[in-house]
Amino acid sequence: MSATTASAWTKPQQQANWLVRLFDWKPFLAFACLLPAAGLLLVFLTYPLGLGIWLAFTDTTIGRSGYWVGIENFQYLLEDPLWWNAVFYSVFYTGIATIGKFALGLWLALLLNNHLPFKSLLRAIILLPWIVPTVLSAIAFWWIYDPQFSIISFLLVDKLGILDNYIDFLGSAWPARFSLIAANIWRGIPFVAISLLAGLQTISPSLYEAALLDGSTGWQRFRYITFPMLMPILAIVMTFSIIFTFTDFQLVYAITRGGPVNSTHLLATLAFQRGIPGGQLGEGAAIAVSMIPFLVFATLFSYFGLARRKWQQGEGND
Amino acid sequence: MTDAAVLPEAQQSNAATAQPEAMAWDNKARRMVTIYLPLACFLLILLFPFYWMTVTAFKPNAELFDYKTYNPFWIGSPTLDHIKHLLFNTAYPHWLVTTMTVAVCATFLSLFASTLAAYAIQRLRFKGSQYVGLAIYLAYLVPPSILFIPLATMVFRLGLFDSPLALILTYPTFLVPFCTWLLIGYFKSIPYELEECALIDGATRLQILRQITLPLAVPGLISAGIFSFTLSWNEFIYALAFIQSSENKTVPVAILTELVSGDVYQWGALMAGSLLGSLPVAIFYSFFVDYYVSSLTGAVKE
Repeated sequence: MSATTASAWTKPQQQANWLVRLFDWKPFLAFACLLPAAGLLLVFLTYPLGLGIWLAFTDTTIGRSGYWVGIENFQYLLEDPLWWNAVFYSVFYTGIATIGKFALGLWLALLLNNHLPFKSLLRAIILLPWIVPTVLSAIAFWWIYDPQFSIISFLLVDKLGILDNYIDFLGSAWPARFSLIAANIWRGIPFVAISLLAGLQTISPSLYEAALLDGSTGWQRFRYITFPMLMPILAIVMTFSIIFTFTDFQLVYAITRGGPVNSTHLLATLAFQRGIPGGQLGEGAAIAVSMIPFLVFATLFSYFGLARRKWQQGEGND
Repeated sequence: MTDAAVLPEAQQSNAATAQPEAMAWDNKARRMVTIYLPLACFLLILLFPFYWMTVTAFKPNAELFDYKTYNPFWIGSPTLDHIKHLLFNTAYPHWLVTTMTVAVCATFLSLFASTLAAYAIQRLRFKGSQYVGLAIYLAYLVPPSILFIPLATMVFRLGLFDSPLALILTYPTFLVPFCTWLLIGYFKSIPYELEECALIDGATRLQILRQITLPLAVPGLISAGIFSFTLSWNEFIYALAFIQSSENKTVPVAILTELVSGDVYQWGALMAGSLLGSLPVAIFYSFFVDYYVSSLTGAVKE
């Protein structure tokens, strides 16, 4: 009797042990832990990336799977003035917006790095433009840029009398382009400022003290201490900023939808217009794929161009 | 920038030779001009669109389109008409619920996946774990604008088109890399000795994860959760491409496609919609600002 109870007692325990031991076996546990993330990313990121590149070489439309057409889509794009226009504006938009964001963001970060009252409250308020859904703040900008009821025009014309006519922000090509860039800069400043502020706060004050003792000027301290010490974080933030500005979609789609007369199309909005409402999935995918070389180039440039010093500052690479 | 940095220095050397009271005043005035004034301008510009949004949302139509008789910066007779219209004449409450559901589900899914992944990469340290970490980092650099067309065809073939499930499954593509990255950094800060102690006491790896590492990583989990929630609330392009029927749309998409109709824009309702759509994130954010800022800066520093 005692033997039967003993076997009945040990059997489930052993089974549990087997399972527990399997989960305690490192290779299996690592595999099991990585499975959900890897599964999600492989199915919904890697596979679509490959599929997108394949679609770019086919003539797929909505409702009909396409045939391989080689580089026909790209040949067509190279002759398409709209695509060239979108390439030009994407590069222009990214360039000007990045310069604006980083100049103003760095300035704001340096301001915030001073000893200020209500510092954390200030920081919280400054991040607001970044956390509010872009489309919703874009709609506010759309209203601010209204041709008839723009508050900016009202201030400049009726209150201050600087201009004679209301500005037609979104009605013609160049004003519309710059209006969008202004909105993008507005949205990007908080992210740049707060990340750079974090970088500024890691710089040891003893470096500045040493420099002060050596009789450095404010500019010298900025140029030879702040800037080099900020470089690694600047490189990463800039890489991100460039990638997400170049592939921006929401802001342009919400404010102008690529208009007036297609002058403000970015590659992403053009890809969307051709691909989803237009139904030309193959062509849309080709436009989306044509962003990849620009992105790779921008990433390599900003990462390796700016991050040279990163290895010298400890912690290793990550 | 250069001026701002050089000027104070020049003035400081002057001030050093002047009388003490003059120096104090000079210091104050200089701080005023070089710090507070620009800071005030930044704040004004960064907050103005929100102020304008709020003011517009509560103005009656008569005031909205007449700057001459009414002061445009203030509300003469506040009205709730736009918000009432939004809540009772449109499917706005429905859109809010959809957005909330999608954001919460996508957040939990990504948190689950990325916690396990981050633990495996940072703590189990199998051969090649660095490369898996690098691959996940690279995955974050793939922008949604490249993926939405092939994803749309996939979603269609899976029969998920026009269903919120499509969004719940695709949002992790940008949430998981970010959260994993954030949590790897967080796990790194938890002393490994704690786990070693537990191992010596005979705990299994899963017990260690559940009873030691996870409770210590709660702040990191909260940061990752808040970030995922905001990112999914803000997501636009997937929701625009995969959802067609009005009641399944998320707030950002619905405001842009359902409220903008015809040539006459109902600015009051549009602004009220934007305001209400921003409020949940803003409130959520205000409770967890510190987590938010630390996760943002922590992720960048990694």
